[in-house]
Amino acid sequence: MSIEQRSWVAANSSGNARAVIERGFKVIRNQNWIVIVSGFFEPVFYLLAMGFGLGQLIGEVTGPGGRPIPYAAFIAPALLATSAMNGAIYDSTWNVFFKLRFAKLYQGMLATSLGPLDVAIGEIFMALFRGFLYALGFTAVIALLGLATSWWALAMIPVALLIALGFAALGMAITSYFTTFQQMDWINIALLPMFMFSATLFPISVFPEPVQWFVMALPLWHGVELMRQLSVGHFEASTAVHLGYFVIMSLAGIAFTTRRLRSLFLR
Amino acid sequence: MRGLSRSALSVAVDKVSRVPVIEARDLTKVYGELRAVDAISFEVASGESFGLLGPNGAGKSTTMRMIGGTSLRTSGTLLVNGLDPEVNGPEVRANLGVVPQTDNLDGELRARENLVMYGRYFGLPYSYLNPKADELLAFAQLTEKAGEKVDNLSGGMKRRLTIARALVNEPRVLLLDEPTTGLDPQARHILWDRLFRLKEQGVTLIVTTHFMDEAEQLCDRLIVIDHGRIVAEGSPPTLIRQYATREVLELRFGSERNGTLVDQLRDLGRLEVLPDRVLLYTDDGEAALAAVHHRGLVPVTSLVRRSSLEDVFLRLTGRSLID
Amino acid sequence: MTDFVDTNALAYSGRALPAAQQARRVRRWGWWYQAEWRLRGMKAYWTSAVGSSLLTPILYLIAMGVGLGTLVDSGSGGVAGVPYLTFVAPGLLVSTVVMSAGSELTFPVMDGFKWSKLYFARAATAAAPLQVAVGEVVAVGIRFVLEATVFWLILVIAGVVGFGSWPMIAVAALAAMALGTPLMAYAATLEDEGFQFSLVQRFVINPMFLFAGTFFPLESMPIYLQWIGWISPMWHGTQVARLLGFGLPVPGWLVAVHLAFLVALTLGGTVLAARIFTRRLAK
Repeated sequence: MSIEQRSWVAANSSGNARAVIERGFKVIRNQNWIVIVSGFFEPVFYLLAMGFGLGQLIGEVTGPGGRPIPYAAFIAPALLATSAMNGAIYDSTWNVFFKLRFAKLYQGMLATSLGPLDVAIGEIFMALFRGFLYALGFTAVIALLGLATSWWALAMIPVALLIALGFAALGMAITSYFTTFQQMDWINIALLPMFMFSATLFPISVFPEPVQWFVMALPLWHGVELMRQLSVGHFEASTAVHLGYFVIMSLAGIAFTTRRLRSLFLR
Repeated sequence: MRGLSRSALSVAVDKVSRVPVIEARDLTKVYGELRAVDAISFEVASGESFGLLGPNGAGKSTTMRMIGGTSLRTSGTLLVNGLDPEVNGPEVRANLGVVPQTDNLDGELRARENLVMYGRYFGLPYSYLNPKADELLAFAQLTEKAGEKVDNLSGGMKRRLTIARALVNEPRVLLLDEPTTGLDPQARHILWDRLFRLKEQGVTLIVTTHFMDEAEQLCDRLIVIDHGRIVAEGSPPTLIRQYATREVLELRFGSERNGTLVDQLRDLGRLEVLPDRVLLYTDDGEAALAAVHHRGLVPVTSLVRRSSLEDVFLRLTGRSLID
Repeated sequence: MTDFVDTNALAYSGRALPAAQQARRVRRWGWWYQAEWRLRGMKAYWTSAVGSSLLTPILYLIAMGVGLGTLVDSGSGGVAGVPYLTFVAPGLLVSTVVMSAGSELTFPVMDGFKWSKLYFARAATAAAPLQVAVGEVVAVGIRFVLEATVFWLILVIAGVVGFGSWPMIAVAALAAMALGTPLMAYAATLEDEGFQFSLVQRFVINPMFLFAGTFFPLESMPIYLQWIGWISPMWHGTQVARLLGFGLPVPGWLVAVHLAFLVALTLGGTVLAARIFTRRLAK
């Protein structure tokens, strides 16, 4: 670390992100446990309804490596990727915005020796922790329903965290540009098409080629494809591309959020 | 109360050393077109009780936030305990206790947890914080409410909890942004008493307020801010002596007539005409009132009082502080 | 400081209506004043509301027509004798509108009682609590009709349904009211933070959307799960909308049952909400 970087860290951190994390756990303890548990059911309901209900009408589809797989096995990993994305985006946008503007929570934290960097690290950690719990639960459901056919499916849990990190880091940087709750609505509006078209519910081969290229540029598609390959333990060159996409996105997101940190928290 | 405050004041003044806790030079904050704080310079000595007085929107809160390093200044220099809060934020804030204008307690934690967690943000250990939290709850008269959700506390209780929270790290400097706004008169006096005790211990107090009585009670010295600029500086008695007279005669003739009588009163002293009343600045209020009556002018109501910082502010800006 | 107020005009300009006349007007129109106020409040988020009302049907058309439709039609040759898109579109219209009831009649109601306390401000005028409740229902009803109309127009332009299917706009709005008014009554009883709404969203509204016959016929689920549809306003509305959209065979008596169910819930919910509003605003 150069002297400049070191002094930037010193100005924005007391190295005590741990206290922010402690607070997060205390809040979870105070929270109504039904609310926490309910988050687990959301992707499960999707999987049951779409995978088995709609699956009856669809039958089998082409899975990784060209092998036919049941529709439920096709969407299950995609739903895990989507739920990792949704959780991370919610925590890093709505949640951060609410605590910043409405609950004034960060105002209180930043009046102590904590710096914006501590707050950001603590909050992203908590988002990843929640993501980890839900990923664990959903992976167990996938396994119990017999939709994962490889031990590699276990790797879906850390990959879910990587996906969450990428979206959380980016989401926090984007939040620094927002000033009203109404603007936040646009985040959901932007996420809906990404969810629908990123090979979550149907393969992108149904689209004309230019549209396919566009979808392939979007992050969720890479997350979905990566998860799908892990669920059956089928790997090819593209696996590395998907993984690389998220590593780069996470690094870029962290760099971006770091740049915007002072604009976000210190006004 | 007044007798006590004078003696407390003299004790505290003895403890004032000449090392400045805060040094601001041409401190400026610009939001878009608005110059919220416009090149202000001031110093606060250790142990001093320093006030920032001004109407809403004058730039007081912004100045406070810049001192804590939670708002970035546009230009100028600022040192707190010899450190720049933008460069050494964590070190600067470790010496500060901040009471913001609006309470920002952690609604997801209970009353006592608010104190403990806040202490954790300073990196303080539980062995220190657990007894400290109980002491502070007692200080804020909230011992029975320790396990209560913050949402269920009354406005006054929340304010007291916020003030207790600011003391958790035993700060040498306490920043109080309108500490008693929204408190009932009894609660205000209790709070002032607590602040005096801290001051006696040598804690530096920096208070923003638009309450004159508060500034007169709490501050050794103050600056009057308007539109982001300092318009006067000094101790409350000095400012009153300098910008007002000993007494003020308040006359109400009814809103229609207040403005029309100016010429008939002009020679009795300096006049301020407000929509609802006329203020006549004089050293002898009773004599002036007699003179008014003598001229055959009969106010609906009249009042002779000692002049206050409110009058100073009116004199300096032509506007009353709370509008 | 020199702008003196004309106190005479302040107290009596002669332009205000006499109190008795004010009271008479409010007695008749108070519900509409409330509705007007609520509709104006929607201005704060109308751009994103319009954006999502336009975007949602278009996205669904692409996803269902091009995407899932291709899979279903090649997998089982369509549903109920029609292509999948034709089958699913009326259901999506109904559920989209019903889902917006989940946001319009939950947090805003709680806000009126707890955060902004604007209902109390309304109750301090000449309006009666009953009128406040009815006004809210009318305002969101108008919003539902508009949202349904946009969705329907897009379906017509895409050639998925014909012009004659326009009554499905009313059916969708009615179904939204049937879920929304009991939800509003529930929201009016809540005193704390409103975490209950996320439970309602996750355990009532989302399961309804997913399991109650929107994406696949209710009959394709095991019989012990079909009750989810029977109690769901979405399913009752969707069945009627499908009859209107592509002529799904539904006997006349059953259409009457579907509509009666929706009307009964709407009326029951409104009456209940009005009672709770009255109790809470007069407390």
